[in-house]
Formats: sequence, C-alpha cells, structure tokens
Amino acid sequence: MTIYDAIETAACELYLRALKDIPPDVRTALAGALENEQSAGERTGEQVMFTILENIRIADEQDTLVCQDTGLPVIKAVIGLPLDVAELELRLRKGCERATLSYPLRSNTVHPLTRRHTGTNTGHGIPVVKFEFAPGLGRLELIMAPKGSGSENMSFLKMLTPAEGAKGVKKFVLQCIFESGAKPCPPVIVGVGLGGTSDVAMQLAKEASMFRKIGTVSPDPDARALERELLDKINQTGIGPQGLGGATTALAVHVEWAHTHISQNPVAVNIQCWRGERAEASISADGEIAYAI
Amino acid sequence: MQYRLTTPLTEADVRQLRLEDTVLLNGVMFGIRDATQIRIFDEGIAPPDDLTGAVCLHTAPGVRKKPDGTYEKLSIGTTTSARMDRFAPGLLEKYGVRAIAGKGGLLEGSVAAMERFGGVYLAIVGGAAALTTLQIEAIEKVWWEDLMPECFWKFRVKDFGPLIVAIDAHGNSLYKEIQQRAAERIRAM
Repeated sequence: MTIYDAIETAACELYLRALKDIPPDVRTALAGALENEQSAGERTGEQVMFTILENIRIADEQDTLVCQDTGLPVIKAVIGLPLDVAELELRLRKGCERATLSYPLRSNTVHPLTRRHTGTNTGHGIPVVKFEFAPGLGRLELIMAPKGSGSENMSFLKMLTPAEGAKGVKKFVLQCIFESGAKPCPPVIVGVGLGGTSDVAMQLAKEASMFRKIGTVSPDPDARALERELLDKINQTGIGPQGLGGATTALAVHVEWAHTHISQNPVAVNIQCWRGERAEASISADGEIAYAI
Repeated sequence: MQYRLTTPLTEADVRQLRLEDTVLLNGVMFGIRDATQIRIFDEGIAPPDDLTGAVCLHTAPGVRKKPDGTYEKLSIGTTTSARMDRFAPGLLEKYGVRAIAGKGGLLEGSVAAMERFGGVYLAIVGGAAALTTLQIEAIEKVWWEDLMPECFWKFRVKDFGPLIVAIDAHGNSLYKEIQQRAAERIRAM
C-alpha cells in the first residue's frame, strides 16, 4: 500500500473507530464519575452514569455506534515525514466519505444557507483538518475526533478587557457552563483557549476539549492552577450528569494558551460531550498503519 | 418511583408522574426533529398519523434502506430538545401528544403547556444510542422521506428507557431547579 492509500484507509477506519470505541482515558473518567455520584448520594446522577456505562458496554459488545450523532469529522495530522499535503488532505476527505457511505453513517453536512445535504459528511471546508509539523518524527500521526452538534453548539468567545484579568476569565467560563446546562451532554470535557487572536483562542479551546487526553495537565503552572480551580468550581455548580443534578458536571478542564496583545484578553470555550470521541493511528513511510488501542 | 407505561398514554398516566421518577415505555414512539416540525407548524401540514396520547422522540436516526424499501435501524438516539422548544406546546394542545422524550429539556412556555394540557418531558441519557437502538424493536413506518433523516418516524419500542421525568405535568422542571441552584452557587463563589 502506498502511504496515500494507507491515509485514506486509516481515515475511514478512524472515523468508525472514533464513533464506536470510547478512548481509555475517557472510560476511566466516566467510571470515576459513577463513583462520585454514588459517594455523593446523587441518585439521578448515579442512574445517568450507570446508563452511560451500560451504553458503552453495549456498543463494545455489538460493535455499534455509541451515539447517533456522527458529527463533523475533525482531524489532526501530525506530519513527521515528507508528504504532498494537498494529496494528504484529499485522501483524508475520501476516507471520511468511504466510512459514511459504506457503514452507512448518518450524514450531517449541509450548506449553511440552503441547508441542502451533501450526503457524505464532507463538503466545502469539511473535514476540518489541522496540520502540525514534527520534523524528524519519521511517520504521520492522525487523530480523528468527529464533533457532535450538542456540544459544539455550546461554543463561546469573548474578547475580555485586560482589566478584567484572570478573574474575568474564570467568571466567563463559569457563565458558559451555566448557559450550556444540560445541552452539551454533561459530564463534559471543557476546553478553554486563552490569548492569541480571536481565531487562535477558538482553536486552542478546541485543541483543549478534543485532543488533550483526560489526566494530562498543562505544563504551565498558572494554566495548571486555573484548570484545577475551574474543574472544582464547575463541579460545585451541581448541574451534574445530563444536567439533571449531581456531583460531576465536568470530567476535566483543559487550558491551552498563547501570548496575546497588551490590549487584548481573549477567552474561548469549546465543550466536548461525555463520549470524548477520539481515535488515533500512526502511518509509516511505507504505508504501514498502527492503530492506537 | 419507577413506572412501566404503554402507549397511547392517558392524562392520568402522565399526571401521576413526579420529577426524577423513571419510566420504561412500551408500544409506539414517533420520531420527529427540526425539519419535521417546521413542516407541521410552519408549513401547516398535519402529522401523517394520529398523535393522541402519543410519545414523541426528538431524533434523526441513522438507518440503512433495504431493497424492499423498509429501513433497518443502525443508530437511534436523541438530540437537544431546546432547539425545538417552540413546537412543543402545539404538539400538546393541537395534536394531543402526552410526552416528549429528548435530552436537555424544554423552556418555560413548554413547562406551562405541560401543566395545562397534561404532558411530561422524559429525559433520555443523551449519547446513549447503542442502548436505545436495542430498545427499539422495529421501524414500523416512515413518512416524509424527503426530509431524511428528519422524517416522521414510527418506532415500536420495548421497555424503552430508563427515561427520567424531568418536566412534570404540574409546572415543575428539574432543569429549572438545577439551574436556579447552580446560579446561586456561582454567585456565591
């Protein structure tokens, strides 16, 4: 197999895997959430978490989709060997189309004005492909994270003033969680993007919610402290699993940041639902695919 | 309390339910979504089947069309109900729907309509489509296929749930209670 054929095959397989198989870090966090609800004596929260874990068990057993929302495909490509990037992007798109038509997956992609369906889960600007470059890595890494609409509709950006400072950031994130309530399918993964320009803040928030694994912490001590404080406060709101009340509103808070302008204080929030869908593969120069378990 | 109810539901069936009760449903559920209700309410086209005592499910399923024209279920879950909030009172008042099942809840106007006409909102665990797909025994009928996947679907269900009563027929909303409590807690932080 050429590397480009391998890319197409992997994109197809990763789309299906991401929708069927919950990542190990998310499974651990969900199991922890059930224990949380039990020890807090939250009966409805416990019932919801039990149903979520039961659902994952059935999806494993039947090799079926966890959720009906097949999302918009979002792919991160970490390029660590010489590649034709245009061909890479084309093959990723073809892989998504193949998965959609062969399974068949529900197609969600429509024109934003006419609402006309493309039928393939691809289209103008879709899949969303994020390129990263890792010279010397010697392989291509693909991370597929199809994004469902319940959580993506809960996306927020605010250009705070510098005077509002870190306090303003915390207040804004809590406000976002409050406004989102039950809608993004809690317990959620909260991605916070700080700094940069407005578009960078949103991208950082998405990196934080979709691609960071639960259990990882920011290498920056201030960002790490913010992650801890926000997680604690978000869970104190009592919104709970599915917004029906309970101890676990968020499984994790991830903060990603960039430097920004002296007169700017951008903060973006992107939320990921409890399933935290994500699947990864590594492809060698001769087209050998290794899927992460 | 846990209840096992069979469709069509009566007013008494739903009036007895209280917040956080759980329900297992048997019988028929109708699948509707944004486009389905735009057709009913904005375009004024009557639903193709009788909705008296019905349970409507906010969904757009993943299906496979078989050579005989019927549909095989692949993934039938639910979606965020709040997007379709403005249609809920009409479903109850005009068509006699007794329960709406979905995720994330409905707003004030719908809560009032449920109290007035005798209806409840039943919360499904969002994202739990693997489970709910198993509990749907068959896709009995499909109308308005031009809206695929947002058609008007008729499902036969067996012990569908557990559904959590999140808006009752007495003006109470679990979402509202939880949100009020969250607002107070955030203010105090």
